[in-house]
Amino acid sequence: MAVSQKTIDEMTENLPLPQNLVDALRSDLQKVDVTKKQLEDIIERALESYEYARIAPCEAAGVVSAQSIGEPGTQMTMRTFHYAGVAEINVTLGLPRLIEIVDARKNPSTPMMTIYLTEEYANDRDMARKLAWDIEATHIKHVGSLSTDLTEMLLEIELNEKAIIQRGLTAEEIAEKLEDELGVTVVTEKNILTIRPENESYRELLQLSKNAESVIIKGVKAINRVVISKDDIIDEYVMYTEGSALKHVLVFDGVDTTRTSTNNVNEVYEVFGIEAARNSIIKEATDTLREQGLTVDVRHIMLVSDIMTVDGEVKAIGRHGISGEKASVLARAAFEVTVSHLLDAGLRGDVDELKGVTENVIVGQPIKLGTGHIKLMATKKT
Amino acid sequence: MSAVPKKIKEIQFGLISPKEFRKMSVTRVITADTYDDDGFPIEMGLMDPKMGVIDPGLRCKTCGGRAGECPGHFGHVELIAPVVHVGFAKLIRKILRATCRDCGALLLDSNQKKQYLEQIRMLRKIGQPIEDITNEAFKEARKPKTCQYCGARQLDVKVEKPSTYVEKDGTHEHKLMASDIRSRFEKISNDDIEVMGMDPSKARPEWTIMTVLPVPPVTMRPSITLESGQRSEDDLTHKLVDIIRINQRFQENREAGAPQLIIEDLWELLQYHVTTFIDNAVSGVPPARHRSGRPLKTLSQRLKGKEGRFRGSLSGKRVNFSARTVISPDPNLSISEVGVPLSMAMELSIPVNVTKRNLEEVREFIKRGPDNHPGANYVIRDDNRRLKVTDKNCEELAETLELGWKVDRQLKNGDIILFNRQPSLHRMSIMAHEVKVLPHKTFRLNPAVCPPYNADFDGDEMNMHVLQTEEARAEAKMLIHVQENILSPRFGGPIIGGIHDHISGMYMLTKGDNRVDKNDFLEMLRKSRITEIVEPAGEEDGKPYWTGKNVFSQILPDGLNMTYKALLCENCDTCKKEDCNRDAYVTIRDGQLLSGTIDEKAVGAFKGLILDRIVKDYTPAVALQFIDDMTRLAIRSIMHFGFSFGINDEDIPDEASAQISELLEEAEMRVMDFIIAFNEENLEPLPGRTVAETLELRIMQELGKARDATGEIAGKYLGLDNTAVIMAVSGARGSMLNLTQMAGCVGQQAVRGERIRRGYAGRTLSNFNHGDLGAAAHGFVKSSYKKGLSPTEYFFHAIGGREGLVDTAVRTSQSGYLQRRLVNALQDLEVQYDGTVRDTRGMVVQFKYGEDGVDPMKSDYSRPQTIRRIIEDVIGKEVE
Repeated sequence: MAVSQKTIDEMTENLPLPQNLVDALRSDLQKVDVTKKQLEDIIERALESYEYARIAPCEAAGVVSAQSIGEPGTQMTMRTFHYAGVAEINVTLGLPRLIEIVDARKNPSTPMMTIYLTEEYANDRDMARKLAWDIEATHIKHVGSLSTDLTEMLLEIELNEKAIIQRGLTAEEIAEKLEDELGVTVVTEKNILTIRPENESYRELLQLSKNAESVIIKGVKAINRVVISKDDIIDEYVMYTEGSALKHVLVFDGVDTTRTSTNNVNEVYEVFGIEAARNSIIKEATDTLREQGLTVDVRHIMLVSDIMTVDGEVKAIGRHGISGEKASVLARAAFEVTVSHLLDAGLRGDVDELKGVTENVIVGQPIKLGTGHIKLMATKKT
Repeated sequence: MSAVPKKIKEIQFGLISPKEFRKMSVTRVITADTYDDDGFPIEMGLMDPKMGVIDPGLRCKTCGGRAGECPGHFGHVELIAPVVHVGFAKLIRKILRATCRDCGALLLDSNQKKQYLEQIRMLRKIGQPIEDITNEAFKEARKPKTCQYCGARQLDVKVEKPSTYVEKDGTHEHKLMASDIRSRFEKISNDDIEVMGMDPSKARPEWTIMTVLPVPPVTMRPSITLESGQRSEDDLTHKLVDIIRINQRFQENREAGAPQLIIEDLWELLQYHVTTFIDNAVSGVPPARHRSGRPLKTLSQRLKGKEGRFRGSLSGKRVNFSARTVISPDPNLSISEVGVPLSMAMELSIPVNVTKRNLEEVREFIKRGPDNHPGANYVIRDDNRRLKVTDKNCEELAETLELGWKVDRQLKNGDIILFNRQPSLHRMSIMAHEVKVLPHKTFRLNPAVCPPYNADFDGDEMNMHVLQTEEARAEAKMLIHVQENILSPRFGGPIIGGIHDHISGMYMLTKGDNRVDKNDFLEMLRKSRITEIVEPAGEEDGKPYWTGKNVFSQILPDGLNMTYKALLCENCDTCKKEDCNRDAYVTIRDGQLLSGTIDEKAVGAFKGLILDRIVKDYTPAVALQFIDDMTRLAIRSIMHFGFSFGINDEDIPDEASAQISELLEEAEMRVMDFIIAFNEENLEPLPGRTVAETLELRIMQELGKARDATGEIAGKYLGLDNTAVIMAVSGARGSMLNLTQMAGCVGQQAVRGERIRRGYAGRTLSNFNHGDLGAAAHGFVKSSYKKGLSPTEYFFHAIGGREGLVDTAVRTSQSGYLQRRLVNALQDLEVQYDGTVRDTRGMVVQFKYGEDGVDPMKSDYSRPQTIRRIIEDVIGKEVE
């Protein structure tokens, strides 16, 4: 006599199990008929199994996590550049990338974005291409060639018609943009733009030519290149960019704001906040390790990510972050820049409460962690 | 017995005031001399016995302790003129600029002060850094041009070099002497000091200017007597001598009324000596040097860095009861054992309390004396007297042995010790083993425990630590023992398992349908726990035979059921399951291997699926037994079948060589085609790449393909019975790529992922044409290692190889630092009884460890698959 769906739901509700186990339990139970007795049995055994899998109190989870991430570091390759996703974009990988992540660098060496598109763009290559031109930073060199005429003392830009059309621009628009940015008058004659410096001097002409080269006619400044590729798994077009500017890219129509992301953790933090930054660290670290063929349990990476973000801002692992802000003077002195920590402690009249691990090792007392945390004493039977 | 050990609750930091210091000083030091002509320390000299003693036989004049007992006591030097403490030079500058030069008030209005003070007190209470606030206060206080309180005009303070301050009034410059600064600081009020981030009761600003110089105890700067009988003083003593001499000269000059210029020079000299006494690496100050030209190691240098006091002596300490020697393999030991040289076992000891129960046993140890292996080295009587056991007194000591005494017994078989190999990158780098005393001079260990230690036997050394207390031994046995560490907490899989020959052996034994007779069957299982012979698999020529799979099944625990695809599975489109023609479909039913081959994926370290299941479904002890049996069986099996590997194992028939060279020629032709297309500008660039980059990519691709193809040809001709192929296929050692390079073609040498381009202008070597883009000219090695490399190939190969060497060297240092930072940042985190993760101050980092509270090592028990297994088990049929 099988139990009804309702009983299953009732009995599996409020079980002290993680959600993924409850879900698995429910979906599997739907596929089979079980009696009440069997169901009770199953639940009991599931609880037992979970209970066994629980981490023991007093476990030094921090050290275990640190070792689990640090130890594979020795096996990682140094090869900085590799190709990810699309062959066209270089990304830092391996040990240098891992170091970059835990350092919480403001400017990673190879920022990169993965831009997902909304429905109407995602399946239409042309629409996607058009959006890509809008996002990619367009410089003069992309749309034409720039030359300085020293005899006439003027700057000449010969626009490439094909390129202009491709990027959805007109000669007038470009001229206008240049006028705005450089504060000069641009004479447009078909596809040739000429600019005259205010004063006729070589220096000014050269400076002008340099400035003109750096003007961004269209697109987002930090995005140097956009590559479109079809993701076979989700069957839609996805854009990959060299350079990252999450805040500016998200405002474009057609960009799916729910999935688009960057590999720059600090940018994620600024745009989406600390929880997103935490997930971003987990994702980046996991991807880096997986790419090297190393298996590390996510829980370890989570813990590292959590300690980096627990104060509400992304902090680096090391002298300028977590280790430098520890409460204990001795722990800080034992890590790096020993002397100045001691001198400052003296000035402030700091008190070291000897609660951490290093401090107690230094003074020669048992540490309050793991088996050292247990305070049990046998009373003598009389 | 000893008193209850005192516990340090907290440590208070602060500056020491001159007054306080004079009070705690045991003597004033007035002469720079150390010892008199008779070799006795001079009173009120630098080696005054009041400051502690270092020579054996003398007693400290302060505490009466002998050398070793007396911790030493501080003395002091009265400085004739105050000097700046270098460590506080920056702070002194800040204070000078932020306070009134007349009345000493902090140049902020009272509201601001109150506000900053509140913020600072708040931050202190919650244990957050206060630097941001105090820096802001200093910045604000620098702004006013006149004092808000007394109206005095403020002057700009300039800093020269490390510790000279100059006041600037228009064009007129006036040097601030340390005594001036000090008298200014004295005027600062307590409240103002607090706003500046200091605690006035622990540190007043004027205390950063020293008027009294502490003289560290003699015990801190012991002099050493050289062989010639000459005394050689410590660097600190040298420095102190300099200071005292200058101090004296200063005094004499001043009393004699020397000109101001001379006084100032001497003052500066005194400042220099005190500065270098504190820190001999201040920028802008030439380091004080020893006579030999070596810079002196003064106070800061003693604390700093890896070998400094903090990291070298306090965080890490040298220990007794430890041993270190070279390791070598012994496959006959259990993985939980370690072979300890007899000479070490006789030196290392374990203290045993003599009780009623063990009195006779201990007496036996003493009777054997120190030179007769499981003997005893020392006897500690109940009055704490330590008696050495010798040949002569052992009988007598054994007789007088009493309850309550302690005996230092020699290490013997079965004792638990800790075994460690550096670098200790994870917790499995230190594991508890059982001692097995063996002859010869190396530590012996089972090759199967090498992976967690990352050890090999090319000269590696390892350390052993003998546990001295019962608690430590209990803890070691329950937590650190090898069998408790078969699973790695990194990924929850086994990290101990078969390596190299264990895998080859298992592979050869279980692959296909090997038949062994009764003798061989018994011989192979001789060293395992199996004592009974099972029914033969069949009869051949009237003799019973057993298959290799039968033999392996003997060591599997009963009731084990598994099905998986072995490493040599080729991922065919439709799996033939049990009828696999490579015998890659492994099925185990009730502890019997029915089909499939045992390879790295079954029993290897890091991967071993069977191992994984045994540890998790049975107990660690069963797994330990299994690994022991498996390694022994594998060794015996590999000896039974025979296994060798030599240079002619890579011999390939002439037709294969012909095929390979033809293939390579074709590849080179195609490369030429690319180059021609490139030169004629016909090459279509890949999106986002230049034409030149595209050419490089295409060539690399083409040559890579060619090399792989040669490998396939070589592999085909070598066949699956080739020992090198067996090793590669079973995962024991090496890969098909290694084989390709030996028998086929070494392939493209690369630097930074690109073909080799460096060398002469436009060409790599002078025997190539300018602009030659061909394969050979840019580091493609056509030959195989077996055939031998041409001179140019050899050179290119060395270039490629060097990159690898540099890479490893850089990586080890980088990853080591990463590891240190990670551990340092996370070491205080602990899982609490409520399931949260907190640091030792109680700050919650995670509310539930890993979001589900599951131990990564046991995460297999908390997966959706586990739930399915439970359901299937309970209802007795499979879930769709």
